[in-house]
Amino acid sequence: MKKIILACVLILAYSAGKAQEQPVTGKKLPSVMVKNLEGKTINTAELNNDGKPMIVSFWALWCKPCINELTTISDVYPDWVSETGVKLIAVSIDDSRSSSKVLPTVNAKGWEYEVLLDVNGDFKRAMNVNMIPHTFLINGNGEIVWQHTSFSEGSELQLIDKVRRLNAGEPLGE
Amino acid sequence: MRVFTWIVPALVMLVLTGVNAKAQSLTEGGRVSGNFQLDAQVYRADSAIGAYEVEEKMRMNTFANILYTNGNFNAGVRVESYLNPILGYDPRYKGSGVPYWFGSWKNEQFDITVGNFYEQFGSGLVLRSYEERNLGYDNALRGARVKFMPYQGVTIKGLIGTQRFFWEQGPGIVRGLDGDFALNEMFDKNGVCKTRVVLGGSFVSKYQPLEDIVVNDTSLLKLPANVASWAARFNLSRGGFSLDGEYATKLNDPSSINNFIYKKGESMLLQATYSQKGFGVIAALKRTDNMSYKSKRTETGNALDINYLPALTRQHAYSLSAMYPYATQPNGELAVQGQLNYKIKKGSKLGGKYGTDIALNYSRITSIKKETADGETAIGQSGTAGYTSPFFAFGDQLYFQDLNLELQHKFNTRYKLLVSYMYLNYNIDVIEGHPGDPMVKAHILIADMTYKYDTRNAIKIELQHLATKQDDGDWMQYMVEYTMAPKWFFTFSDQFNYGNAEKDRQLHYPTVAMGYTQGSNRLTLTYGKQREGIICVGGVCRNVPASNGLSITLTSTF
Repeated sequence: MKKIILACVLILAYSAGKAQEQPVTGKKLPSVMVKNLEGKTINTAELNNDGKPMIVSFWALWCKPCINELTTISDVYPDWVSETGVKLIAVSIDDSRSSSKVLPTVNAKGWEYEVLLDVNGDFKRAMNVNMIPHTFLINGNGEIVWQHTSFSEGSELQLIDKVRRLNAGEPLGE
Repeated sequence: MRVFTWIVPALVMLVLTGVNAKAQSLTEGGRVSGNFQLDAQVYRADSAIGAYEVEEKMRMNTFANILYTNGNFNAGVRVESYLNPILGYDPRYKGSGVPYWFGSWKNEQFDITVGNFYEQFGSGLVLRSYEERNLGYDNALRGARVKFMPYQGVTIKGLIGTQRFFWEQGPGIVRGLDGDFALNEMFDKNGVCKTRVVLGGSFVSKYQPLEDIVVNDTSLLKLPANVASWAARFNLSRGGFSLDGEYATKLNDPSSINNFIYKKGESMLLQATYSQKGFGVIAALKRTDNMSYKSKRTETGNALDINYLPALTRQHAYSLSAMYPYATQPNGELAVQGQLNYKIKKGSKLGGKYGTDIALNYSRITSIKKETADGETAIGQSGTAGYTSPFFAFGDQLYFQDLNLELQHKFNTRYKLLVSYMYLNYNIDVIEGHPGDPMVKAHILIADMTYKYDTRNAIKIELQHLATKQDDGDWMQYMVEYTMAPKWFFTFSDQFNYGNAEKDRQLHYPTVAMGYTQGSNRLTLTYGKQREGIICVGGVCRNVPASNGLSITLTSTF
């Protein structure tokens, strides 16, 4: 009996070991239907930047630190784009109370991001976002490689540092 | 026996290798992710501010979401625990359990979800099931939902379910059907037409078993077991212009909220916007008449709502400007709102190096005009048709009026400033249920300054002042926040009701707070006194009683 058990355990260990050999790829963007500012339906799993990094940032009109973060980045966004090729996608979780105000507000502020409307929080839920601002960094393969919540003056420096490291193939750190 | 000692392991190995190969394809590509949040408060009794003794001393709300994704398949679970629910949350949340779980499968044409789900039709006027965790609001549907995309630009949704009612399900069953048609994607694939048109329609029906309800002491009501509602919507946009409209109507639905009248309900939302770079303008009109739609006739709290009626007011981000927030009046309101956003150009005299942002916002909400249904019966009398109401007439009662101007300017890389002025009329009698109290008229001034003394360290100072002759009188508040990006923040603030007519109620509410963030993990600690007040998100509010003590929040996404 003991021999049988030992043999089974060894076989199980062998199988488990075999399973571990599969390469681990990162979590990709989930597939959720949201709308862009032109009213067109977009599948979030199809968001891409031609192999270059992407930043997905969740915000809302009523969230002061979110507006702060996006305004601070918009001042340096052209430099970021020309240096790293990064694209920032700003996902608004404003619901029907304020979602129609997003386009005029974004235009008036002169933001040049791609803005998506997630009116019932489906994309937010699928990305496990709790509090906003919540920002994700996605690599050229569509994998989420880093994320960060909250914003204070100077946090954008950490974000661009991660983008530069990603482009250079260096480890991102914490 | 001897034979078996090698046959059994060999068989097991064969089976396992076979299973393993299958398991690899099952688990290959499978990902687990989720989040977690914990909110705990330790309470101290403080009779001066009205913070009563809390027997447990500490209360805690926590939840954790776990999501499994593998190709087209998703499954998830949420575990919640309220031991006991934090003050201000509905006490019916007490306990722990798994209120939310689902499984879904989707491809390009179909998306099927079984279990619990959230959904919105149009602007939510006939159906919106959503969660707002920091309000304790959750009207998730439990049943099944199918989305069908037969053709590009066409989305058809069908659903059936019961609604979450704390740890149980509500007594009603909700059925819904919605169609969304993006005409340009359907007929104009080459994008020749410059005008974008989207049309949509919804039909929702609720069923609740009949029950005995008696009104006016003797009348037993003949209730409808099924109540249907439908809505039609359109979006038109061309260049910088956009026009959105939605109209919804509900059949007779006597309930506790409308005092058991048989009148139909109606709701209309119309919004026009124009924007271009540096300028945006919005005008909106909303009419609501008897549109509370719940899956339980006798429910009066913030639960079991099938639809969502957005409040047409601006959500304010500062505590004194958010002191008197508006709550949607489902029985009837007529609202108008206008907003203007303008950016004074960079490089101009008033704009400075970075430009100046200006935002002007005006909202006005009144009651609707109600007239007797047949000339004799009192308006709103239970068991009758209730009243009639001419569509575009403003009623006599002002509920809310808010004029707000905000200017934001960045002087240089170190210093930026925001100033805001607001004039507010707030019908505290109707909105908060304080009968007889006069309309609160308040002037609110805010200055918010940020000074960065190097790339990662900044100090923010907020000064707020609220001046009013009604309710508790004048308030002032200051807050100093020191941030060390990206991980730390420290805050000290005090709210002082110096203008209160009663000297012993001229109270201070000081607090200190600190927070640490690492990636997507965040911990904040707050200690001090919190004023009794209201937290509103989207026109849905909850009362927060006064409290004194320590608050801990821990949140994480993995």
